[in-house]
Order: sequence, then structure tokens, then C-alpha cells
Amino acid sequence: MEVASHNMPPEAVVPAALQIAPLAEPRVSVRNLNFYYGETHALKNISINFPDRQTTAMIGPSGCGKSTLLRVMNRMYDLYPGQRAEGEVMMGADNLIAPNLDLNKLRRRVGMVFQKPTPFPKSIYENVMFGVRLHEKLSKAEAHERVEWALTRAALWGEVKDRLHASALGLSGGQQQRLCIARSIAVRPDVLLLDEPTSALDPISTLKIEELVDELKQDFCIVIVTHNMQQAGRCADQVAFFYLGELVEAGPSSQIFTAPRERKTQEYITGRFG
Amino acid sequence: MPDEPKHIVTSFEADLKKLRDMIANMGGLVERAVADAAQALLTHDPDIATRVIEGDARINAEQHNVEQFTVRLLALRQPVADDLRQAIQALKVVTDLERIGDYASNIAKRSIVINQVASNFPLAGLGQMAMLVQQNLKASIDIVGEADPQKAIMVWRADQMVDDLYNTIFRELITYMMEDARNISACTHLMFIAKNLERIGDHTTNIAELTYYAVTGQNLPDYRPKGDITSTYMAASSD
Repeated sequence: MEVASHNMPPEAVVPAALQIAPLAEPRVSVRNLNFYYGETHALKNISINFPDRQTTAMIGPSGCGKSTLLRVMNRMYDLYPGQRAEGEVMMGADNLIAPNLDLNKLRRRVGMVFQKPTPFPKSIYENVMFGVRLHEKLSKAEAHERVEWALTRAALWGEVKDRLHASALGLSGGQQQRLCIARSIAVRPDVLLLDEPTSALDPISTLKIEELVDELKQDFCIVIVTHNMQQAGRCADQVAFFYLGELVEAGPSSQIFTAPRERKTQEYITGRFG
Repeated sequence: MPDEPKHIVTSFEADLKKLRDMIANMGGLVERAVADAAQALLTHDPDIATRVIEGDARINAEQHNVEQFTVRLLALRQPVADDLRQAIQALKVVTDLERIGDYASNIAKRSIVINQVASNFPLAGLGQMAMLVQQNLKASIDIVGEADPQKAIMVWRADQMVDDLYNTIFRELITYMMEDARNISACTHLMFIAKNLERIGDHTTNIAELTYYAVTGQNLPDYRPKGDITSTYMAASSD
């Protein structure tokens, strides 16, 4: 056997447990994205792929740009003057930030769930059908089928099937959030954006949402913004760390949480700054 | 790691420091045990040997302390990245240290028996091996605190010299046994002592590997410069 020279470091090996299958084909591909809130440069030259049928978690301290990136992906910023995006956010052949894009179609393809549950003051059934009616004409039987499908996928069907026409406001916080997820997936989007979906929920409701995310990624590309590091580790296949508008590091979650490449990532996730 | 900014939660910072201190403390006990075991052998001193044997219980107790402390740290702090690797390193390093303590105790026990059956064998080779093993052990424990991956590689590589010495002693003892069957009893004990020292060397390299992993997040390769060839050694027939 060849004996290694004493002044040369041996070639370190990547442990088998960290050798992860490459990420799936990207569903959304962000290239050189810059975003401005007026004069403020909020996202700086971001390039990242969001793989299909996998979950990407975006982490970073407040104001790092992760929620801004979510807002770019379904063009929420269009509602506010002075906010603009440059670069490419490609989904298939469409650039999601192209000015001539049909926003209604975009929002059918990109669903979003917010930090606090936002049910409409309508029945559970109507909440689920609300978006569907904007895009599709369904028969009564088809509509019922769609409601059952969405509520089942959102792990809520069993709890509400006997009171579909009761007000959604009567549900618990965790149930309301799952209803919002059902409402988002009822239009059968390609991408599901979750902006801190469990920050207002109790621990058990949180686990139910996490379990749901795990289920839903079989059908959707999921992007989740979370301040809960353990949640990012549990839910995500890929984790992206943002800091001051820059993407510092993105990689498989097991690598980010055991051996991040960038020092800034390590300092953030271990609680040394933020 | 020492040169990084401190944690926002100071009690977590204090826990990690305490963990490093506990390992350094246990490492000190184990270093002392190996040094005493070697001295008991070389100076034929049964009192020192007895002290090593009795001291092993304290090393075992220290191992349990570190393990319990680390399990508590994992449960309450849920460390990640280098903090997680440091906790894992602690759990595994104390297992290596505990085994080294066992080997030291075994050397001490055998040194007492050797004194009873024969005390005239030249022990210079074993003395040299013990010295080298102690030197590497001390370095490996020091780098746990220093978190220096380059030094870890040096310790990891240095074990080859221990293996070379072990081969020499092995052959020497085989020769004594072939010369006179009455040497077999003492030589067998000496051979086990040499083997114990060689195993201490292997556990020392484990500690260096664990430190390298804790600091860099990468594993050293499986192949390590190894020199112990005694497992395939056959004495030449006398005809």
C-alpha cells in the first residue's frame, strides 16, 4: 500500500449517509434575479432551482429576502408601485416576472399559503371551491369530487366531511391552515408556496402540517419559508440560506445541518448570529 | 469551535465548553492510567499497578457523566452543524478513552503477574512503545480542545511507528519462546501488553479521526498507514 506523504493532507471522503441522489428536475428555475423595493436592493443576483416533487426550505434572519422571493414567484409585488424584479424566474417556457404574463393563470399555477390562516368568511365547501370557480366550470358532482380530493390531500376531510357547509371560521387554527392548503391545491397548481405556515400553530397542528407537506410533495413542487430550523431539517429535501438579500448556500438539508459549506450558514443555524 | 463567534444563548456556549472540559478531564485520567501502567511494568512496581486497576472505575464513571451530559445537550439544545458534530465526537471519544483505560488496567494486571513469574526480560522495546503511545495519546486529547485538523492528521499518521515497534517486539518475543519453552508464560503476557499498547494506538487514531470530522465535517479516508503485520505472521520451523 502506498504510504501517504506526511506533508500532504489525505483526501477526505464524503460519508455515505451524505451522498444524496441529485435533486429532481427543476420545476422553477431562478436565474440572476434582482428585486427592488424602491431604492432598496432586496434580492441580489439570486440563482436557484426549485426541484419538482421535492420540498425546498428557505431560511435566514428577518429581512434576508426569503419572503421576497416567494412574493416574486407569484407576482404579489405587482400590487405595489415602486417594486420591481429583474432577471428570470422560469417555469417551463414562461418567465414568471415577464410583464405580459397573465397573472390569473400564474396564480392558478402557483398556490400560496400565508403565516396566519386566511379562510374566507364562507363555508368550508365554498372556501375550497373559491379559486376553482375562477378557472374551471365544473358540474355539481365534479365540484364535490374536487372538494373531497382537496380536503383529503390536505388531511382535513375526515374532520369536516359532515359539516362542509358550516362556516370555515368555526375551525381551529390548525384546521383553518389545512383548509387554506386545501384551497390552494384545489386549483391543482404546479408549485405550492408556504410562508411560515406553522408559525401561528400549536405543536401538534404544526406536525400535522409537516406531515401534510411530506405527502403533498409527491404531487407538487413545494417551497417553504420557515424560521424553525428543525422544521426545515425535517420537511425539506433542499435548504437555501439567505442573508442580506443574497443566497449564501443551498444544498441537501442533511448536508446543510451537519456540515454546511459556508461559515455564515454555520453561524446562523447554530445560533451564533441572526 | 474556539475561534468562532459565540452563541447568542450563553448557557449553550457554557454547555459546549463544559463538554470540552469534561473530555479533557477524562483524557487526563486516561493519560495518567497509561503512564502509570507503563511505569508499573518498567519499574516492577505492584503498588502503581494496583492504583491503575482501581482507578479504572473512575474513568468508567467519567464516561457515563459525559454521555449523560451529551444526551441532555442533544435533547435540550438540538445542536446542528459543528455543534452537533462536537456532541457526536464527545459520545464517541469517551468510548475510545474508556477502552484505552481498560487496556491500561489490563497492562497493569499483567505487569503484576510478570513480576511473579520472571522479571529479567529486556523491556526497552515495550518502554519505547509505551512512550510513543503516550505521546500520541496526549496529542490526540489536546487536539480535541484545540480543534486543529492538521494536527489531527499528524496524530492519525503517527500510529504507524507504534505498529512498527509492535512488529519488532512480537518477533522478539516469539524468538524467546522458541528458545526456551519456560519463557512462554511471561512472553505471552508481554505479548498481550504489546498488543494492548498497539490497540491504545488504534483508539488514539480514532480520536484524531473524530476530531478531524468534528472540525471539518469530513471523514478521513478508511485507509490509514498501518504497520501491524503480526496477524499474518508465522514463525519459521526449526528444521
